[in-house]
Amino acid sequence: MNNFLAWIEARLPVMEAMNKHVLQYPAPKNFNFWYFFGSLAMLVLVNQILTGIWLTMNYEPSGDGAFASIEYIMRDVDYGWLLRYMHSTGASAFFVVVYLHMFRGLMYGSYQKPRELLWIFGMLIFLVLMAEAFMGYLLPWGNMSYWGAQVIISLFGAVPVVGEDLATWIKGDYVISGATLNRFFALHVVALPLVLVVLVFLHILALHEVGSNNPDGVNIKKPKGSQKPEELSKFKFHKQYADKYDIVDAIPFHPYYTVKDIMGVAGFLIFFCWVMFFFPEGGGYFLEAPNFTPANGLKTPEHIAPVWYFGPFYTILRVVPDKLMGTILMFAAIGVLFALPWCDRGTVKSIRFRSKWHLLNLTQFSICFIALGILGTMPASDIANLIGTIATIGYFGFFLAIWIYSKNENTKPVPERVTK
Amino acid sequence: MKKLFITLLAMVPALAFAAGPSLPLDSANNDLADKESLKRGFKAYINYCLGCHELQYQRYNRTFADLGISDEEGKAEWMYTGEKVGDHITNSMPAKEAAQWFGSAPPDLTLEARFRSPDYIYTYLRSFYTDENRPFGVNNTIFPDVGMPHVLQNLQGVRTKDENGVLSPAVGGTMTEQEYDAFVRDLTNFLEYVGEPNKLERKELGKWVIGFLFIFFILSYFLKKEYWRDIH
Repeated sequence: MNNFLAWIEARLPVMEAMNKHVLQYPAPKNFNFWYFFGSLAMLVLVNQILTGIWLTMNYEPSGDGAFASIEYIMRDVDYGWLLRYMHSTGASAFFVVVYLHMFRGLMYGSYQKPRELLWIFGMLIFLVLMAEAFMGYLLPWGNMSYWGAQVIISLFGAVPVVGEDLATWIKGDYVISGATLNRFFALHVVALPLVLVVLVFLHILALHEVGSNNPDGVNIKKPKGSQKPEELSKFKFHKQYADKYDIVDAIPFHPYYTVKDIMGVAGFLIFFCWVMFFFPEGGGYFLEAPNFTPANGLKTPEHIAPVWYFGPFYTILRVVPDKLMGTILMFAAIGVLFALPWCDRGTVKSIRFRSKWHLLNLTQFSICFIALGILGTMPASDIANLIGTIATIGYFGFFLAIWIYSKNENTKPVPERVTK
Repeated sequence: MKKLFITLLAMVPALAFAAGPSLPLDSANNDLADKESLKRGFKAYINYCLGCHELQYQRYNRTFADLGISDEEGKAEWMYTGEKVGDHITNSMPAKEAAQWFGSAPPDLTLEARFRSPDYIYTYLRSFYTDENRPFGVNNTIFPDVGMPHVLQNLQGVRTKDENGVLSPAVGGTMTEQEYDAFVRDLTNFLEYVGEPNKLERKELGKWVIGFLFIFFILSYFLKKEYWRDIH
């Protein structure tokens, strides 16, 4: 057996990779609650892929058969209802954990140097995830699927000169039809998941190259030779890390964070299953009521609302009177996230040691983001428009404000070592 | 830091107001576990609704199995038009002509209870009133200018609307008000069942899964604690 393993190892360094990324990967010992959401996002991704494969076995991607095949899955396939609810609840859960994961990055400055590329991979994952969710939402071929896609695809029509042709090219038809459904199906089940998996892989590789941040934003990798031997972490870390740095306050990812993440998974699954088994419609926010009627190009739902996780960006689109400007601003709202590592000119990472201004700015940003999300699911009105405009200004204002105050920020002294 | 979370948490109830305008609906108070009620509702559906409204995603034998009816009994007493027990519950109304007769084709009702709500169905079927301006002589308070005739009128009787918008008690029906409400409740119950035949199974399974997860969570908590004893 050992010979066999050695034979493999000489040809493909499996153990070496395991040591580098799991068994001897130095993780800061002070991760808190907010650090569960990375592993949970992985869990949900696996859930989506596995349930997705089994749903695909019984789903029929055609304008005539899609809606009926969902009901076939719900009624005639053994535990098909469970697979379908795992997938639909999983979609919402994905955005819950990803938004919390991103918020963690904002709080503790995980996007700052040297983690800019790590952040950019994360944002690319977010972007692809939104495309994946949008295309997946068309597949049940319910009336809200149809009209939601109608609204979003028509945005491309706002592009000058080529707009209408572009929208037709995306749809593959002059209206949203079976042709649109088929191409969305192909992208949803093959193309985008592949991209997503590759990006997640790169996200983790980039993370392990620069090392994990932590709630204090204090670097656990000190210059080689700068620490007394008794200060060093007592664990064995992979030579790639240990030869270059004096590592303090670190523990190996396995077993410490694997057992901790298992606890996180158990806690998360309690919430997830509670929703999935008892409120699979999520109060009409996870599965919208008009989607229980088939797509009908002649019957518009009373109120076309995007699924909750698109709410913030949909509101930004809606508060701008001009369609093209609104579309640009909506994409800018995502684009500006990519620029965050350069908007923030500060060197102190964690909110624990940053100025009151930063706390205030992050608080107003969070409130604005949630307000935008809530407004996105509501019908338009004058008051909603006013609040939405203010929240949009607050959203973009976050990036401008951080650029201004972070240059000469009045920060607290950052400790040499993590505090707990 | 804590203040930030509290502020964020305080925003959560605002979500409750995010729903659209709601109609004043009566509570159906139906019970999915009441199989006799489901059977009465199924019977009522076959007799009064199925002629126009299909249940095209639901099969006869699935319904029989869930309601405790054997296939033989089902064939003999519940299926009138010679289908096979594995067939979907459909009718032979031509959709195109039906659209001409009623203004739009009568919709499939398999998912009606999920699209609207059981309370909506319960209220809707009890809210018809006389309106000479409509083609079938009736209108509905929660579905203005509805295209459907009041199929259950000989059971409920006739109601009229006064100038304040209040409906009179029904007169001339074969059922009392209580009997009619119970009849509609059974029908509503059946439609909620058909909307999601697995609903009871889902909730039952959910209890076991969540029970297991609580135990698993406690074990994983102690496992984590044991491993982390030496980390400070």
